Amino acid sequence: MNRHLIPLAIFVVLVLFLAVGLRLNPREIPSPLINKPAPAFELPQLHQPDHKVSVADMRGKVWLLNVWASWCVSCRQEHPLLVELSNSGAVPIYGLNYKDQRTDALGWLQEFGNPYVMSISDLEGHIGIDYGVYGVPETFVIDKEGIIRYKQIGPITPEALSNKILPLVRQLNG
Amino acid sequence: MLPEIGHFSLIVALLIALVQGVLPIAGAARGNARWMALARPAAQGQFVFVAIAFACLAYAFINNDFSVLYVASNSNSALPIQYRFAAVWGGHEGSLLLWTMMLSVWSLAVTLFSRHLPDAMVARVLGVMGLVSLGFLLFMLLASNPFDRLLPAADDGRDLNPILQDPGMVIHPPMLYMGYVGFSVAFAFAIAALLSGQLDATWARWSRPWTTVAWAFLTLGIALGSGWSYYVLGWGGWWFWDPVENASFMPWLVGTALIHSLAVTEKRGSFRSWTVLLAIFAFSLSLLGTFLVRSGVLTSVHAFATDPRRGIFILGFLAIVIGGSLALFAWRAPKVGLGGSFDLVSRESLLLSNNVLLVVAAGSVLLGTLYPLFLDALDLGKISVGPPYFDSVFVPLMAPAIFLMGVGPIARWKHAGIPELAIRLRWAFVISLLSAALMPFAIGKWTPLVSFGLLLATWLFASTIVNLGERLKNQQGPWRDRLARQPYSYYGMLLAHIGVGVFIVGVTLVKGYEVEKDVRMEAGDTVSVGGYTFRFDGATQVRGPNYAAARGTLRVSRDGREVRTLYPEKRLYTVQQMPTTEAAIDTGFTRDLYVSMGEPAGTTAWAMRIQYKPFVDWIWGGCVLMAMGGLLAVADRRYRLGRRNHVKAADLAGASSVPP
Repeated sequence: MNRHLIPLAIFVVLVLFLAVGLRLNPREIPSPLINKPAPAFELPQLHQPDHKVSVADMRGKVWLLNVWASWCVSCRQEHPLLVELSNSGAVPIYGLNYKDQRTDALGWLQEFGNPYVMSISDLEGHIGIDYGVYGVPETFVIDKEGIIRYKQIGPITPEALSNKILPLVRQLNG
Repeated sequence: MLPEIGHFSLIVALLIALVQGVLPIAGAARGNARWMALARPAAQGQFVFVAIAFACLAYAFINNDFSVLYVASNSNSALPIQYRFAAVWGGHEGSLLLWTMMLSVWSLAVTLFSRHLPDAMVARVLGVMGLVSLGFLLFMLLASNPFDRLLPAADDGRDLNPILQDPGMVIHPPMLYMGYVGFSVAFAFAIAALLSGQLDATWARWSRPWTTVAWAFLTLGIALGSGWSYYVLGWGGWWFWDPVENASFMPWLVGTALIHSLAVTEKRGSFRSWTVLLAIFAFSLSLLGTFLVRSGVLTSVHAFATDPRRGIFILGFLAIVIGGSLALFAWRAPKVGLGGSFDLVSRESLLLSNNVLLVVAAGSVLLGTLYPLFLDALDLGKISVGPPYFDSVFVPLMAPAIFLMGVGPIARWKHAGIPELAIRLRWAFVISLLSAALMPFAIGKWTPLVSFGLLLATWLFASTIVNLGERLKNQQGPWRDRLARQPYSYYGMLLAHIGVGVFIVGVTLVKGYEVEKDVRMEAGDTVSVGGYTFRFDGATQVRGPNYAAARGTLRVSRDGREVRTLYPEKRLYTVQQMPTTEAAIDTGFTRDLYVSMGEPAGTTAWAMRIQYKPFVDWIWGGCVLMAMGGLLAVADRRYRLGRRNHVKAADLAGASSVPP
């Protein structure tokens, strides 16, 4: 073979890869927890610290678990959408208040509105580790049997809500 | 009205680019002088219309015309005016317009400084540049129009990304693009030479100054970007091996190989097809960089909005330009002669070794950058490749290259002997070994890595002195005359090589001896880092034009004597609700003191990161010396003479092929 053709051949292979790469989303990191049971927890409620809540209590309904914190700037961005979703009554939202101070968290909800049926306090972030939380906010869709069906990393966008989360919730409920 | 004029100007520029890209090249192929003569006026006309478009967009930004979608997305009425201007290239559409603007500036420069070139050559070079410009203008008009209207107009804009609101951002992209796009001239010369079949020493002589200038701009552009990330991102790193940084670094590595390869082709007529291939590579990597940044195929801190249609367009364009030129290369290069022969040990072979090392380094950076994409495309999982890979591949490749940098410039062309080279360089070698062994003790702790870095740096300094000394020794007359007699290009080479040494000193010492402390500080607390004492005097709230900030006050003292007061800030930009960290830096010749504020830790306490960074500014100082070396080389007398006596140069151009 003509050795002067080698650069062209390498380039053709490179272009093929780049063409495939265009269809992929590098920001999407699949969670190993999809289609696995939601890790168990038993944590105090944010508003009533002496009442504990566990995953088992949620059996029989489709729900969202939204990881949030008062120190998280992107949570503020996603918040109005959560409030709107909560008002529509499409799906109950539970909050996992992650590595936060209780007073800060309560103040934050007071100021921006509380979209959550209830929030659970994960002061030390141990449960966050079980759920593979690596950025806040994150949102899990959990079905009636307590299986995680979807994970949204970063703030929920209106597109993700209408194209992915709500259809999935309807399907799981149906 | 003005945005429509800008839009219209882009369409006119597109039509002119079409003429510029087709007729002159066709004319050169058929010997039609009239068609060839179109090249210069077309390139100049294209410059005028692209400049009008650019001015219209800048005007829309400066006057807060939020009926233009791109302005509304990237500016705000509270944004200070210099950033409103820089916001022109703060997003995708405007960056492309800047790219095209730079290309038309380079084309204009070619029309002005090419009087000594044969008409067919000028026609082909400008034709190729016209085709490249055609692609970019088409892309802008079809998928990235900066003049799209937003009706009804927004009340106010969404603001420029706060981390881009910085003086460095005003000049970094234009510098970088001058470099990127400048390689299009070397590329156009290479394609023109392939088309004409005359890949000879004259071709190399013509492309050399253009390539060197582009390389110098690219060097400055990369250094500015690195400096910007150092003080803006707030944690004191200066290079992250981020895909977008790599995208600018790969053309730099290949461009460095190219300017050396061109020197051999000009002086000895050797490496012709290799040089042409490097010219194609350098520009291809610039285009690939544009693709990687603009298409969103890779994750990067430079998160620009992405649109799959855009990615497909750029990829198609890439395939045509690079694929086409590599096919042309495969077709024409076999007919190119080999040029002057040389021995295993000679300046040619040393330069060739370094070229290969630089290209392999660029290849491994490319591999590391694209590896996550390869694996993902083959469905083998998602990974990311970080600094450990790049550091462990890059350093072993560059170390021998740096050693050869010291030997190459003093070796004779054609044939050199190892024993003879060893004798000439023995003092340089002894001095660098001694300083590598002893200097770390003088600065601090001895570690193998610091010692090795200093060995490489002092080797460059010492061998440069040997080089200069030998060169002057063989001449007559007083020393000052001997110094003055050396050409600028020679001093340019020495300066750039010293710049590399200075750069290595910076990297070595900052890696070896930097001290970093993360502490929680109440007002009145002191902490000592690197021999300096920092006292925190509390933070106050301040307001900027478009942000609110907490500003800390830290008094820095050494041995009880006050050195400086630093004011780091934690800002919240009001429009985008985005927090940023403004580090406060006390810059010094031998060290930087770097303070950045983290999150508040209680009511009056703050998390603080305090760093002592020895010799960190030598990193950018080295880059500036390299760039100055390049510019000095271009200021050489022979280029100026070449312009004045263009008749003589044209004779030279007519005389074919290799000098004896």
